[in-house]
Amino acid sequence: MHLLYQIFIDPFMQMGQAPDLLVQTLWEGLVGGVLYALIALGFVLIFKASGVFNFAQGIMMVFAALTLVGLYEKGVPAPLALLLAIGVMYLLALGVERVVLRPLVNQPDIMLFMATFGLTYILIGAGQLVFGGDPKEMPVAALGLPKGAIDLKILGGLVSLQKIDIAAAIIASIMVAGLAVFFQKTRIGRALRAVADDHQAALSVGISLNQIWVIVWFTAGIVALATGIMWGARSDVSFALQVISLKALPVLILGGFTSVPGAIVGGLIIGIGEKLGEFYWGPLVGGGIESWLAYAIALAFLLFKPEGLFGEKIIERI
Amino acid sequence: MFYREVGQFKTSYAADQAIFPIRQDRIGLALILAVAFIGIPLVGGEFMIASVMIPFLVLALAAIGLNILIGYTGLISLGTGAFMGVGAYACYKLSTLFPQVNIIVWIIASGLVSCAVGVLFGLPSLRIKGFYLAIATLAAQFFLQWCFVRVGWLYNNNPSGAIEVPLHTLFGIPITGATAKPLTRYYVVLTIVVVMTWFASNLVHGRIGRNWMAVRDMDIAAQLMGIRLLPAKLLAFAVSSFYAGVAGALMVFLWLGAAEPEAFNINESFVLLFMVIIGGLGSLIGAFFGAALIHILPIIVRTAPDALGLSIGSATAEHLTYIITGGLILFFLIVEPHGLARLWQIAKQKLRVWPFPY
Repeated sequence: MHLLYQIFIDPFMQMGQAPDLLVQTLWEGLVGGVLYALIALGFVLIFKASGVFNFAQGIMMVFAALTLVGLYEKGVPAPLALLLAIGVMYLLALGVERVVLRPLVNQPDIMLFMATFGLTYILIGAGQLVFGGDPKEMPVAALGLPKGAIDLKILGGLVSLQKIDIAAAIIASIMVAGLAVFFQKTRIGRALRAVADDHQAALSVGISLNQIWVIVWFTAGIVALATGIMWGARSDVSFALQVISLKALPVLILGGFTSVPGAIVGGLIIGIGEKLGEFYWGPLVGGGIESWLAYAIALAFLLFKPEGLFGEKIIERI
Repeated sequence: MFYREVGQFKTSYAADQAIFPIRQDRIGLALILAVAFIGIPLVGGEFMIASVMIPFLVLALAAIGLNILIGYTGLISLGTGAFMGVGAYACYKLSTLFPQVNIIVWIIASGLVSCAVGVLFGLPSLRIKGFYLAIATLAAQFFLQWCFVRVGWLYNNNPSGAIEVPLHTLFGIPITGATAKPLTRYYVVLTIVVVMTWFASNLVHGRIGRNWMAVRDMDIAAQLMGIRLLPAKLLAFAVSSFYAGVAGALMVFLWLGAAEPEAFNINESFVLLFMVIIGGLGSLIGAFFGAALIHILPIIVRTAPDALGLSIGSATAEHLTYIITGGLILFFLIVEPHGLARLWQIAKQKLRVWPFPY
């Protein structure tokens, strides 16, 4: 009985008693969710256009951020370093298309999945070899991002909002909107959607698969760079950050592999659910449940919708 | 010419259904077993046995388990490392609760514990497929790993949080703990691995294995042909986690001697996945090839620069290991997507038709 009370009543009592804490927790969950959504977005872009489940997305994020910070530390001005990092992501996209995707075209999905594992290892090794393995600080001010916090007095308490978090939310929204326009309105965006629908049909109307793949991986690289800057600003830039990409996987299955809105909604659900669960229910079992709670949430949704919330309906034929 | 089955007539159904119907295969197997049981202990030093052969056999056993799940039944799992952990912790718990019982019994029993946990986490596979399932199995990985850290009962509330293996004997000879000789441990591991490989081979060549392969190729079609998906998929999860559990128990008790929860983290699961894919999906011998390549490769990369007279820092060497491992994974996937087992098949065909090209 006491246990039932602790699980079903007590957390809500706490929420009611300290609404400012609840708002603070919700806000942190929201920001975390937006950042998860950004990583998931990179996965979705690549999965849609090439059917590759890109495990390397997380390490691409770290690699992009590391390139930026590494160049900045070597004395390159921040805006130039940003441009150079984008250039590096373009070269990476070219390389991946040429070396990995082209020889492996039409192989089973799991082979391509494994290939991105190989890519992950190479990027980890190369990143550490060039820039060193120790954590680096993101030059927040030099990139023109705000620092500090805004304290709001609401609900009889203080709620502190980090400015960088607000900036992250805004940048994420702009990026998602931009991608939506890019996909719906531009010529290349339509070609991308055609490739996503059917590789062969797209080839037959004169769309170059190779070019499209480079574009998609480059786009995913830019998304990775933006995500890396945001995460890097919240903590240091190091290879420990790639763990976060594992957190983005439940977001992905929750929203569906092929849906951009799914990535956003999934990210928010996971981000908020995770923070609320950890804060209000975590102490019951000794804390630290953040590591698997996201997966449990996603699994619960999947049992009812096996293709995710917004995924394409799975139609199987014999 | 070297590998010709012409003239080997089968005169009974039993002979026709044998796992090794060809004489050369039987001779080859006998040779391999002879080398493993007699040759390697004779020529191999302590390092060879303790740091190369035992890990190789343990990892190969886990890879066989994963191969049953991925290669034979087509269910992708990223939680093998955690199931190995379940085996290890179960064995530790059982052997400290009942120290008088023979340790071999507990190693097998811990496989059964892991088997039960595996079935539990295999349940979603009935509704979820493909990469969705792969990520869902990560839930098992993270949840179980969290249990290894947070549930003190599992490691007897040991302040270090690690599990340490006490001394156990078999026929009066110590086989686990600090005083056990590598050679004894090697023989125990080798015997268990050989028996379990033989068992797996019978399983996948029989009716159950055929069911699994039908499910792998297309589960709806298999269902229409009268294969019940629920038992088939859950059995695959059960057998796979049994193998992983035994491998985990062997890893801690006969290879490492002590383990922390970190030993069963997600990287372990990924490494096992590499072994299965590079060795060859749906091939038992592939599991051994994959384990050999993935386990021995880093050792070679680490020792090669010294052997060549180059001196590079240990950090640089580690980074290079990453790059080389990643590059080799890509190389093998591109050159031979069907894995090393396929190379072995090609070699057998070449031997069969030699000296003619085809």
